[in-house]
Amino acid sequence: MAAIAKAWSWFRVNPWVLTATRPPVTLSLAFLTLGGFVAGVLFWGGFNTVLEHTNTEAFCTSCHEMKSNVFEELKGTIHYANRSGVRATCPDCHVPHRWTDKIARKMQASKEVWGHIFGSIDTRDKFLDLRRHLAEHEWARMKANDSLECRNCHSAQSMDVSKQNPRAAAAHEKDLFSGGKTCIDCHKGIAHKLPNMQGVPGWQ
Amino acid sequence: MRRLVLSAWAGAACLVAGALLAQEAPRLTGPEPFTKETPAPPMQRQVTDDVRRKRNYPDQPPLIPHAIEGYALDLNANKCLACHARKFTEQSQAPMISVTHYQDREGNTLGGVSPRRYSCLACHVPQTGAKPLVPNTFVDMDALVEREPRGR
Repeated sequence: MAAIAKAWSWFRVNPWVLTATRPPVTLSLAFLTLGGFVAGVLFWGGFNTVLEHTNTEAFCTSCHEMKSNVFEELKGTIHYANRSGVRATCPDCHVPHRWTDKIARKMQASKEVWGHIFGSIDTRDKFLDLRRHLAEHEWARMKANDSLECRNCHSAQSMDVSKQNPRAAAAHEKDLFSGGKTCIDCHKGIAHKLPNMQGVPGWQ
Repeated sequence: MRRLVLSAWAGAACLVAGALLAQEAPRLTGPEPFTKETPAPPMQRQVTDDVRRKRNYPDQPPLIPHAIEGYALDLNANKCLACHARKFTEQSQAPMISVTHYQDREGNTLGGVSPRRYSCLACHVPQTGAKPLVPNTFVDMDALVEREPRGR
């Protein structure tokens, strides 16, 4: 209790706090309100600009860990090259679209910055050693949000099973439409190569 | 002198026969001259209708009647076994890999898929709708047997 009282008295006599809590003497009210508004616009605009920049493929592949491992593998898959030319970029699958989820994911991604700075996967061998661990993170994330990033493009409502192969149609009717399974349960390793799948359910 | 004429005739006959045969045989060696670059023929569509194909002879590895694009098949993962392995055939309703896949080359039965049978695509392949480049005169064994008069 005494410590809190001591901290409070220190806070009240701090010259910065005294200045901040005193009414302005020379600055007009209009300057302060409008200036605050403009500063807010600049800050919020700048924040979102930076956020959007970190949500581009160019940003992701500016690190060689991404460029020479996972991005190279993506290039051979249907999510990079296909007949219609519609393609998914890194954040389409790895960053949620909704703002709160996106910010939460971005905060988690600070661990990836840490990994980059300290070189946790800065060689191919290190990457391959950690691949199962990293993949399990993504599988768990997609399992938890019901494969939200897949469904941003592939909606079950718009999926016409009569246009699918009988094999695919039967599987989707049995497992997807019933809610029994989510996309990532079956479609692992569709955009990148797989780690050792020993012990993963559904794999032998 | 006579021998010389004879060998000259024989040589000429060989040349003519060679030229004739060369015209008969289908060309599989690309453009003429071979240094000329020609556009690659279009990719053929794969047969992906999920209908099992008849084997042309009993030992033929069954063909793959479905799309396998992007399926993992390497040291880490085998997507084929995710349906065709024994323990997954009930949920997938796919044909099980045969018992020969559990045997090593001495014929000993192993507990799991034999390493020499792991590379599915070494024997099992999908088909395309491409027209054969050369005619095929293969005759099914059953067709041969049916031609034989049966009994008396």
